[in-house]
Amino acid sequence: MIYREAGYFKTTYAADQAVFPILQDRIFVAALLVLAFLLPPLAFSEYWLQAVLIPFLVYALAALGLNILTGYAGQLSLGTGGFMAVGAYSAFKISTAFPDLNILLVFPLAGLAAAGVGLLFGIPSLRIKGFYLAVATLAAQFFLIWLFNKVPWFVNYAPSGTISAPPRTVFGVMVTGPEATAAARYVVALGLVVVFGWVAKNLVRGRVGRAWMAIRDRDIAAEIIGVRPLRTKLLAFGISSFYCGMAGAGLVFLYLGSAETLAFDINVSFLVLFMVIIGGLGSVLGSFLGAGFIILIPIFLTNVPHWLGLPMSVALQKQLELMIFGALILFFLIVEPHGLARLWQITKEKLRRWPFPY
Amino acid sequence: MRMRTLLIGLLALAVGTALLLPAAAQDRTVFIPLLVYRTGPYAPSGIPLASGFVDYFTLVNERGGINGIKIVWEECETQYDTKQGVECYERLKGRSPLVVNPYSTGITYQLIPKAPVDKIVIHSMGYGMTAAADGRWFPWVFNFPTTYWSQASAVIRYIGQQEGGLDKLRGKKIVHIYHNSPYGREANPTLETLARQHGYELTLLAVDHPGQEQKSTWLQVRRINPDWVYISGWGVMNQVAVKEAAAINFRMERLIGNWWTGSEADVIPAGEAAKGYTSTTFHGAGTSYKVIQDILTTLYDKGKGSFERSRVGEVLYNRGVVNAMYNVEALRTAMGKFGNKPLTGEQARWGFENLNLTEKRLEELGMKGFTHPVKITCEDHEGSGPVLIQQWDGKKWNVISKDWIPPIREVVRPALEAAAEQEGKKLGYTRRDCAKES
Repeated sequence: MIYREAGYFKTTYAADQAVFPILQDRIFVAALLVLAFLLPPLAFSEYWLQAVLIPFLVYALAALGLNILTGYAGQLSLGTGGFMAVGAYSAFKISTAFPDLNILLVFPLAGLAAAGVGLLFGIPSLRIKGFYLAVATLAAQFFLIWLFNKVPWFVNYAPSGTISAPPRTVFGVMVTGPEATAAARYVVALGLVVVFGWVAKNLVRGRVGRAWMAIRDRDIAAEIIGVRPLRTKLLAFGISSFYCGMAGAGLVFLYLGSAETLAFDINVSFLVLFMVIIGGLGSVLGSFLGAGFIILIPIFLTNVPHWLGLPMSVALQKQLELMIFGALILFFLIVEPHGLARLWQITKEKLRRWPFPY
Repeated sequence: MRMRTLLIGLLALAVGTALLLPAAAQDRTVFIPLLVYRTGPYAPSGIPLASGFVDYFTLVNERGGINGIKIVWEECETQYDTKQGVECYERLKGRSPLVVNPYSTGITYQLIPKAPVDKIVIHSMGYGMTAAADGRWFPWVFNFPTTYWSQASAVIRYIGQQEGGLDKLRGKKIVHIYHNSPYGREANPTLETLARQHGYELTLLAVDHPGQEQKSTWLQVRRINPDWVYISGWGVMNQVAVKEAAAINFRMERLIGNWWTGSEADVIPAGEAAKGYTSTTFHGAGTSYKVIQDILTTLYDKGKGSFERSRVGEVLYNRGVVNAMYNVEALRTAMGKFGNKPLTGEQARWGFENLNLTEKRLEELGMKGFTHPVKITCEDHEGSGPVLIQQWDGKKWNVISKDWIPPIREVVRPALEAAAEQEGKKLGYTRRDCAKES
């Protein structure tokens, strides 16, 4: 009774095709967006913005990218870290080569660069499948990191070998670089996530997304009904890398401020893959839930002893944190193997029947 | 449903407690956060470092604090991971810390741009960004008592001494094996410049993180048959390198590690074969120094120590002690000017910039012979940068260089100033005029 899908009469095709066809959903999402844009920059401490919300948004974008590739198109990839690195290093090169370029354009441009590299490494996907493809993308991960480590041109010959976000403004407000406030960076990150999250949602429910899912579910059948495997798979690789590239640029420009290649090592690829699996394969919402779970729970667990005032050595704290976190992952995977997004779906169904369950 | 309630409950708790972050006000104390790694793959190095720190702070507090002001510290676990380090920094920033010791080059790079904004001194003791030694570009960052570049040049000077003069280096073969990261590559430009000047043949061999696989590297070493090998490693890479060197029968006394490649953890796994292995350091090892004895009698005899008693005096433990002493003495210097009261970030920075640790002061601290005098100025955040060479005798590390080996400053400093200009401009800084500083 709380959540009702019945009773909405759609009189146009546009209304029928809307992202959120139900009024309740629209109100909820609109309220959430207003809240997300206004509340944290005004009311949250810098710690919450810098250490909790910004990494959450950045990783959510990366998880969204990988979910397109792995969740929707069914191509297992371990190259996420590498593609994020391409985004980060090209964003650095672009913004230092063209200092007057609006920084908001740098993110999609960095995404495009990553998409190009993603297309290249996606070519083998026509011939290799499943775990073998995972190994091929693993090669991309190692090759790209090696490349950025090896060629000093990528870091503008900096003696330190690191890239850092140059100070750039948007409408007179500093949004990157050391002087930028966490609130400004948060708003930029949120803007990116909202715009490209919306794009992704529309992509996956349209012709392109259906083609991806057809390939994922049975590639030979998809080919027979007229889906071109090469083009569809490459498109998935390209668009996925585009998102990962933007996330990589965001990681350096909006979150860390400066980074070396270690920030994009194989662990990042695994981390994003876990986000997608725990959040829910083939679900846009799942990408956000998964990123939230992987990023927020450890920080929450780290802080619990402080809040409760428990005297505990840091080593014990960290070990407890790892144990509880691992147990939680197992718990959620056992309770709901289809990820947190599926849990949300079940919740919605229950709300539909509330208070008369059967 | 149950799950949802749980999730909502967790979320509500998280948001609710966000508003209750600890207040910053602290009376009559100075707060120093400690970014440590007592767990994870680098814990064998992190634990002695952190223990040395804590023990020295406890010792100072037992003696009444810094001029009567007690030190308050809080550890935060980073696992040597940049992301976790930044989280720690942001969390502890609210308690107005005076100085941060990041203890990871990656974390240091994250914090350098933040330091002038947050007004918190960064002391990256012998690691981090070498270019930050130019205080005109990086007023908030200190890396005394020495840097990777100074160290590399001092090693070349030491090799010169062993060969009978720097002019004898012509035609000698030197290999640098380094961790393939910005940290490991630090020494390369210095070694290359000196190779051009002194005519030795330099070969640079990279080892990829984490460094467990070095067979091909050492195969190359065997083919080159170098006169000397210099290693810039960290973590598991070190012990593997020592073992591999032993496997090809390389003469251990010609294998020199940098100061992160010369602790007990690096040589003990190689057993007898590691005997004779040398490394640089900038403080003594062992328990014979007065300050370490003081720690043993004041803390450990009363059960207040934070470490295993038998391991007090390890290289990395002593490094923690030295680092803590630098922090304390810099704050004491600041109190000398601004009065014995809790300091602000600006005042702490003044203390670091005007730190003058004389031989006499070191003796008062019980550190005679333990480390060398340091004088910091506005231009120079490194100090004079000499190093010692220590050797592993199978049981303990002994200093074998007769005296402190000074770096080749006329080569290092100009390169350092050029790099500082480049890195500083990248961050949008302008050079400060030191004549105008008081």
